[in-house]
Amino acid sequence: MRQKLMALSAITAVSALMLAGCAAPAANEGSGELVFDVPDVPMLEALGEGEGQVDIIAWSGFVEPAWSDTFTEETGCVVNRKVAGTSDEMVQLMRTGDYDLVSASGDASLRLIVGGDVAPINRDLLPNFGDDIVPGMQGQLYDTINGKVYGVPIGRGANILQYNTEVVTETPESWDIVWEADSPYAGQITAYDAPIYIADAAVYLMYHQPELGIQNPYALDETQLAAAVDLLKQQNAIVAEYWADPVAQITSFLGGTTVAGTSWEVLRKFTEDTEKFGGTLPVEGSTGWSDAWMISSKSDAPNCAYLWMDYTSAAEVNGAIAMNFGMAPANGAFCELSDEAAAHCEQFNALNEEYFENVWYWTTPIEQCIDGRTEVQCTSFQDWTNAWATIKG
Amino acid sequence: MTTTTTPARPSKPLSTLLYRHRWMRLVGLLSLPLTWLIGLYIVSLALLLVTAFWYIDSFTSKVIPGFTLDNFALVFSEPAYITTSLRTLGVALAVTVLSAVFAVPLGIFMAKLASPWMRAVLAVAITLPLWAGYLVKILAMRITFTEEGFFNWLMAPFGITGPGFSIVTVVLTLTYLWFPYMALPVYTAIRQIPVNLFDASADLGAHGFTTIRTVVLPLLWPALIAGSVFTFSLSLGDYIVARFVGGANAQMIGSIIASNINLNPPVAAAFSVIPIAFVVIYLLVTRRTGALERM
Repeated sequence: MRQKLMALSAITAVSALMLAGCAAPAANEGSGELVFDVPDVPMLEALGEGEGQVDIIAWSGFVEPAWSDTFTEETGCVVNRKVAGTSDEMVQLMRTGDYDLVSASGDASLRLIVGGDVAPINRDLLPNFGDDIVPGMQGQLYDTINGKVYGVPIGRGANILQYNTEVVTETPESWDIVWEADSPYAGQITAYDAPIYIADAAVYLMYHQPELGIQNPYALDETQLAAAVDLLKQQNAIVAEYWADPVAQITSFLGGTTVAGTSWEVLRKFTEDTEKFGGTLPVEGSTGWSDAWMISSKSDAPNCAYLWMDYTSAAEVNGAIAMNFGMAPANGAFCELSDEAAAHCEQFNALNEEYFENVWYWTTPIEQCIDGRTEVQCTSFQDWTNAWATIKG
Repeated sequence: MTTTTTPARPSKPLSTLLYRHRWMRLVGLLSLPLTWLIGLYIVSLALLLVTAFWYIDSFTSKVIPGFTLDNFALVFSEPAYITTSLRTLGVALAVTVLSAVFAVPLGIFMAKLASPWMRAVLAVAITLPLWAGYLVKILAMRITFTEEGFFNWLMAPFGITGPGFSIVTVVLTLTYLWFPYMALPVYTAIRQIPVNLFDASADLGAHGFTTIRTVVLPLLWPALIAGSVFTFSLSLGDYIVARFVGGANAQMIGSIIASNINLNPPVAAAFSVIPIAFVVIYLLVTRRTGALERM
């Protein structure tokens, strides 16, 4: 496995270099010169007394009594958790103004920032948000806008290609087995069931059809979106089923309906047969996700919210969340805490920036092209949602 | 001559008041259900439908009041959406027919032929699915129809492979979910058919099937319509089944509404008009048969 990983890293490193050589400044290198029209929301200047409680919208597994009880003991802030199922739900809930914090993924954060639903973050008030936070999770487009920080990183993961080693006997080097009509595994493919999956098609096209000029899978003009949709329609013919629910994906692989397709490292772990089910990051690179705490612009408990963000940025707590959810932690210092922590970091490539170099974190597609193009208008997430329904139509 | 005095009744001012004022009786009787119906149901539905004419900020997905027909234009211009609507209609009709086909013989057997003990067992068997959670039942069907699942295992000796995850499995799963809503009214209706009608039919020379066709079915019609309203409208609105057992090409109207409800509520609202239209048409058709009056 180690050797596989080494080889994989080498491949990704080489392709990353190739990409970096010929591509315009990639958006996941940082927000660069892109300027957005963002409502001016003040940030907290100084930390005051805790308000007694804090309301958090989080992914399942991010806020658990195992660490939130200690937080309450230390700070006096009682944690009220609301588990959200989707990014869209998180955005809607944050708009109500009833919540102080959200564990937003990249496909929600831009909408929250531009909608004025979240406030900039004062890093001076968060001593734990320091140098130990891995470089790849700082200064990303989805949480740093116009020079202001909006998110405190929690963890990240890549959307990998998972395969049944009894059927797919050689480690696939390319995503082609899930995209091409003549795939040997036609009819046994699974694909992610959400409009954001269009970006996966774009990543594949970036590599195989450079003439389309895609520089960033989340900045597609109409022609590029149409090409991605065509590819997805081609894939539709070989897909056994789409998955949105992790349990459905796992049973699909275990039940034999699916032998290859999009997955997360944690789902592979959940099959409890990591010999039978392999996972790889193919040569084209992939999409991925990255989550960050964001504070509501209407928060009535900003002090408790800051205390929580700081508390969860500490190596132990951040690592506990990452292990519980199954992702690479944001705080790299966690990896040195114990053998178990080191093994976890190894499995999820936590400190392997080369691995994540070729991973395009989910971000909301918007009309302003985030690859920096100004002569065309890009397609928005609404366009993607409409397109997605036509793919499965 | 003696005078009898009637014993003084305890005075009932409320009853007297209600007796004297007819409108007060009506208000007392209807205020609660009407508040529920108008306030909670019709108003909220109307509010949702109004948003079908509103705009959306394409960046932040915030809904902006206004008037546009773009959302409806989108729904009716894209071939994939029309296919999805027709597929959903087909699924709902198939589920309804399948439920009726299962319910009639089962109802006849239970009501007229089974021993009381057998009848009780079957009644439990029919209502048993209602006890389990909706999602549990769908996941059970999911496990049954996986490639290495129970169905394929059972059928392997006969060289038969199951439908896998497909539109067929969606119809089967929805039938499994909504069958009790058809079976119970049909069974109740058959129980109410007097036994001597069967005897009379037999005396006049009718065979079993003729009896069912000419005697039982006409009397069953209202029950079948009642059951079909449930199976049809419940199937139209469902999207979880398509998601879990539908495979790659089983998108339903509900799936599109679900994917838009948070991101683009106006489009979701425009889509929700389609199942409403289907149900209204269905009710109008069934009303013409006169079955609704006899329900």
